[in-house]
Amino acid sequence: MTAPAVPIDRSRLPEPGRGRPFVFPAIEKSQLPNGLRVWTVRHASVPVVTCILLVRRGSASDPPGKEGLAAISVDMLDEGSGGRSAIEMHEALARIGAQFDSDIGSDGAALTVTLLRRFVERGLTIVADMAARPRLADEDFTRVRQLRLHRLTQLRDVPAAVADRTFVKLLFGEHPYGHTPIGSETSLARMTVDDVQAFQAQALTPSVATLIAVGDCEHAEIHRIAGEAFAGWNSRPGAPVVPDGSLPAPSRLNVVPRPGAPQSELRIGHVAAARNTPDYHALVAANMVLGGQFVSRINLNLREDKGLTYGARTAFDFRRMPGPFTLQVSVQTAGTVRAIAESIDEIAAIRGARPISEAELALGVAALTRGYARNFETAEQIARAAMQIALYDLPDDYFAQYVPRVEAVTAADATAAAARHLDAARLVTLAVGDLDAIGPDLPRLNLGDAVILSAEAF
Amino acid sequence: MNIAVTRHRLANGLDVLLHEDHSCPIVAVNVWYHVGSKNERPGHTGFAHLFEHLMFEGSAHYDRGYFEPLQGAGASLNGSTNADRTNYWEVVPSNALELALWMESDRMGFLLPALTDAKFSNQRSVVLNERRQNYENRPYGLASMAMLAALFPPDHPYHWTTIGEIADLQAVRLDEVHAFFQQYYHPANASLALAGDIDPEAALTLARAYFEPLPAGPRVEPVRASAALDRDVRLSLEDRVELPRLYVSWLTPAMFAEGDAELDLAADLLANGKTSRLYRRLVFDGRIATDVSASQNSREIGSFLQLAATAAPGHALAELEHAILEEIARLAVDGPTDEEIERGRAQAESHFTFRLQTVGGFGGKSDQLNAYNIFVGDPGFFDRDLARYQNATAASVRQAVARHLQPDRRVTMSIVPRGRTELAIPGSDAAVVS
Repeated sequence: MTAPAVPIDRSRLPEPGRGRPFVFPAIEKSQLPNGLRVWTVRHASVPVVTCILLVRRGSASDPPGKEGLAAISVDMLDEGSGGRSAIEMHEALARIGAQFDSDIGSDGAALTVTLLRRFVERGLTIVADMAARPRLADEDFTRVRQLRLHRLTQLRDVPAAVADRTFVKLLFGEHPYGHTPIGSETSLARMTVDDVQAFQAQALTPSVATLIAVGDCEHAEIHRIAGEAFAGWNSRPGAPVVPDGSLPAPSRLNVVPRPGAPQSELRIGHVAAARNTPDYHALVAANMVLGGQFVSRINLNLREDKGLTYGARTAFDFRRMPGPFTLQVSVQTAGTVRAIAESIDEIAAIRGARPISEAELALGVAALTRGYARNFETAEQIARAAMQIALYDLPDDYFAQYVPRVEAVTAADATAAAARHLDAARLVTLAVGDLDAIGPDLPRLNLGDAVILSAEAF
Repeated sequence: MNIAVTRHRLANGLDVLLHEDHSCPIVAVNVWYHVGSKNERPGHTGFAHLFEHLMFEGSAHYDRGYFEPLQGAGASLNGSTNADRTNYWEVVPSNALELALWMESDRMGFLLPALTDAKFSNQRSVVLNERRQNYENRPYGLASMAMLAALFPPDHPYHWTTIGEIADLQAVRLDEVHAFFQQYYHPANASLALAGDIDPEAALTLARAYFEPLPAGPRVEPVRASAALDRDVRLSLEDRVELPRLYVSWLTPAMFAEGDAELDLAADLLANGKTSRLYRRLVFDGRIATDVSASQNSREIGSFLQLAATAAPGHALAELEHAILEEIARLAVDGPTDEEIERGRAQAESHFTFRLQTVGGFGGKSDQLNAYNIFVGDPGFFDRDLARYQNATAASVRQAVARHLQPDRRVTMSIVPRGRTELAIPGSDAAVVS
């Protein structure tokens, strides 16, 4: 055996040296005559380009009673264009090896395509056809809606999906955030292709859209291609961003029965903060301590100490309007009441009995900042980051400022922010689980009578 | 197109693979142990995966959870276990490479002194909850267990699922776990890949310093086992689902063996994406299914190709089965079209190129280097792996389908809503899951 060339010391962990600084690459911007914003970031390590067409309208723009309209409208965009059927459109994508996806949230929708560099023009042209010249035919609508109805039928058996759908309804009620993007059986049933055409015309318009291209490409090239491909896509005023709705006052304890379930799927939370809160960085840091990483208080408690779950986590969902703070965990049935009580105690303690310590904060801040560069390795990661800037009107230097701003958060700041935005007395608890098994113990939680809901209710 | 790599075999048998990429100031540290659930024995299943959990709980010189110091240094980290291998990885800022090597080497060399009953029983509870969450409480979640048990005979190590059987997990003793570790978790049965912002010479010096003093363990003999189907095995399983689903599986050539890439391509052109033959026939035109998918599940000593389709309300699984078999028969006779072959090549080139974008994590360059090193003994196999797909022809795909996807040598499994066994394919026996 060769002798070690460097001495090693197993009595203590090596201290990392100084990190190499990382700078988020600059975004080059221009605008087409029709109002479409064109953003590019050069990132040429691999001959790949990711393009995202972001539209700043999402499921919060669903008209009341037509929940799911935004999602099905976006889903319909790749169902054919001009003379090309859905199949032909996807054949064209497959022929250039493109990876295509569409997704939608409350505040925005995105078409994403990742391509080899040499196919950028062909790929972007197909995406432009989707956005600017979708077919939106009645026969395609009927088929796509039927698939979504089947999906809803299947989701009734998926505990996490039942929990998510029920929980947003409990927290937000008739507010624009009170449904998941897919909508409901009732709302989909009353939709027609006319609704889709109207939504497409009003909401999917260049004035609220940004094309983001990241990778081995030049801004001028993307601008030129986009100018040709998106010509004829004309701006309309754009559907107004929905106003803030009123919020309901849900029961504190709710159960969707799932007889015989080996685990209870839990959601605990309340409406919290918007993306533009001045407390954003402090809340992100506080959440790391509470439930935002493996070594957070709640995961260590429920998983590593008590073995009740495979994993627990919390998150603030920062949106244009205040979004939910949610703890989500799936726990063994026999541990349900204990897990709920421990979770609520942890949330209460962080703003009072057990404020965030200097050491906890330092660990959370380090985890957020020291490995920051790895969030910007692929073209798609950088494009998604730029999309956040476009979606929430963040400053151009947002990512450059992120590390110093998180590092500036003190333990007192994080505890104070948690105290401002978390309130144990307002927490709403939902369990999707075996009511016969957990029901008798629920009164011990002192959260009032449990309201029993049906998985089909929403 | 390739991943430039150098390999250095240490005196204790550990392979160290180095790949330089300075585009981001991070390093991927990726360790593969050539052990998975196929190294377990009946009655003692779930060990390899349980170990994956225990490896994060501390070692002799750092007897605390592994997440805290690594996350504090800016790392992301994880591990996973399958039938053939276990991997552990960290992606660290380049300045924390030594920390990651310290910790990976400590758990390779000094795990057992820190392994207590308390940690063991806690992680067993966590694993039982992982099983509940991902299998028992998930619609169609038990199908994969029932399918493996039907495809492979009881003495074949692919007969059981990596998560393990509940009774085995409950019965396992700490001394058995010790013996399993000593057999499989040592330098001579492992491969270490360092990819990213490294100086190769300095990185190798550090790797030697931390890993070369560890003793080589016992030689691990390759696992040998065979499986064959001689009929259409029809099974049904009741589950908490609304819509019945059909799974059809065939035994197919092992990972990298002749026909493996062709069957991967066949799975795509049959059932993946809107352009696939079965999507068009079952979902788009016929509307008798809500979804269809297929995959060639490539494994070290034998693979299986699986098709799955969910029946639309009002349609019987037998209708789906009929259409699926007809499309496979057509492919076995006529082969793919030129257009399908061209698409397959374009997609292979894209997917292999996209894979070059990350140094770490599951499927990143460091993970690929270890996969090639462990499974084919050559970490530089990337370009030849791609060539398998680029060189596939209509004739070779047709032949692989005709030879391996035979209608009278398969497992056909119906997953039906509880109490609705009449919805299963006629002639199905009840499947057993444990």
